Amino acid sequence: MTTNGASLPAPLGLLAELTHRCPLGCPYCSNPLALDKRDHELDSATWARVFREAASLGVLQVHLSGGEPAARRDLPEIVKAAHDAGLYSNLITSAVGLTPQTLSMLVDVGLDHVQISIQDSDVMSADYIAGYKGASARKHAIAREVVKLGLPLTINMVVHRANIERVESMVELALSLSASRVEIAHVQYYGWALKNRAALMPTREQVDKVVRQVELLRAKHRGRIVIDAVVPDYYARYPKPCVGGWGRRSLNVTPAGRVLPCHAAEVIPGLEFWNVREYSLVDIWRASPAFAAFRGTDWMQEPCKSCARRDQDFGGCRCQAFIIAGDARAADPVCHLSSHHALVEHLTAAREESAYSYRRF
Amino acid sequence: MDRPAIQLSNGACPRLPKGVRLTHNEAQGGWVLLAPERVFKADAITAEILKRCTGEATLGAIVDDLAKTFAAPRERIHTDVVNLLGGLAEKKLLELD
Repeated sequence: MTTNGASLPAPLGLLAELTHRCPLGCPYCSNPLALDKRDHELDSATWARVFREAASLGVLQVHLSGGEPAARRDLPEIVKAAHDAGLYSNLITSAVGLTPQTLSMLVDVGLDHVQISIQDSDVMSADYIAGYKGASARKHAIAREVVKLGLPLTINMVVHRANIERVESMVELALSLSASRVEIAHVQYYGWALKNRAALMPTREQVDKVVRQVELLRAKHRGRIVIDAVVPDYYARYPKPCVGGWGRRSLNVTPAGRVLPCHAAEVIPGLEFWNVREYSLVDIWRASPAFAAFRGTDWMQEPCKSCARRDQDFGGCRCQAFIIAGDARAADPVCHLSSHHALVEHLTAAREESAYSYRRF
Repeated sequence: MDRPAIQLSNGACPRLPKGVRLTHNEAQGGWVLLAPERVFKADAITAEILKRCTGEATLGAIVDDLAKTFAAPRERIHTDVVNLLGGLAEKKLLELD
C-alpha cells in the first residue's frame, strides 16, 4: 500500500543496463557521466534472479541495454534467463560488437526483438556522431541479419540538430532494412546529452517541420512500417508523462545493481537507492525510499497539485525539474504552466556550434 | 498519396508473427499482447479472436467458429474481427498468409 492507501501499481517494464561499456561515443547518450566500472557489473546469475523477481512483480518486458549489451560475453546466458523467467526480451543495441553467430545464438535462446540504433542516414555523418568509423556499415549488416533470422527489427534514430534535416531519408533507410518499426526519438537532455545540449539543440522551425513530415510519412508508409515519434519536450506545451509516472510502470537496474525509478534519478540529491545485491527487486519496488519519494500525487506542489492533467502527465519529469529549476518537486519546467518555463525558452536559444564531448568509458 | 487500408479476405490465414505473442498475466489483470517494446491490454473477446490466429485457420473459418461458440450474429462478429485484425496488421502485429 502507498501512503495514501492506494494499492501499489504493478510495473510493466524493466530496463536492464547490463554494462556501461560501449565502443561508441554518442554525445546524446543518456547514461550518467560517472559510468559503472566493469568489475562492479552484476553477473548473469544475479540478473537471472532479478528477472525472476521482476516477473513475480508483474513485469512483462525486459529491455536489455547499457552501454552496449553485446559487450557482455555472457549475453546468451542473460537472454536465456530472461526467456526462462517468462519475460519478453528486447535487445537495445548499437549492433557494434554483435556477430551473426551471437545473434543466431540469442534467437535460439528465445530473444524476441532487436532494436538497433542508427545515428544518421548519411554514413559519414552517422559515423561522426557515433565517434566510430565504420559503425554504419556494421549496423546495416547486423540489421539485415536480424531480419534474416526472422526477428522483428526496430531502427532507433536519435534526432538532433546534426541530422534533423534527414528524417525522411532516415525512415527510407529503416524501410530498406526491412524494419517493422522506426523510432524518431528527439534527444532528451540527461547524462551526456545534457553535457552536449547546446551542440544538439535544434531550432523550433526544425522541430515543427519534423512534426509535419512525420504525419506525411505515416500516411505514406501506413502498413509497411510503424513510425513512433518521441517529442522534443523543451518545445512542447505540456510535459511528457515521464516513465509513465514515478514508480508506476517501470524500473531500471544499473550495471552495478542499483535500482532506479528512471535512468536519470541519481541526479536528484537526497534519494536513497537500494541495490539488488542486498534486497529483492520486490522489496525494492515496494519499499525503497527512492521509489516512494515521488510515487502517486501526494508530493506535488502547485500548479501540478490541482491540475486537471496531473494523472495524465504526473507533473512531467522529476529529474528535469531538478536539472532545470533546482527543485525535484516542482512542475517540470517544460510545462507552459510552470513558473520556471522561461528557463526552458532560454535553453532552446542556447545553441552552439561546438565540438562534441564524446561519451567515453 | 496515402496508402489504402489493408484488405482482409475470407480466405486469408491470419497469424501472430515472431516477436508478437498473446499471454495471460495475473499481476497485470488479464490477457496482454506483447510486441516490440509495447504491451497492449486485450479483453476476453480480443483474446478469443487472437487465440484462433494460428496461420492455419482462414478468416472465414475463425468468424464461423466464434459465431457458433458465442451464439452471436455472424455479421457482427465479422465486423469486429476485421476491425481488430486490420488494425493489428497495419501496426505490423499480424501477418496474413
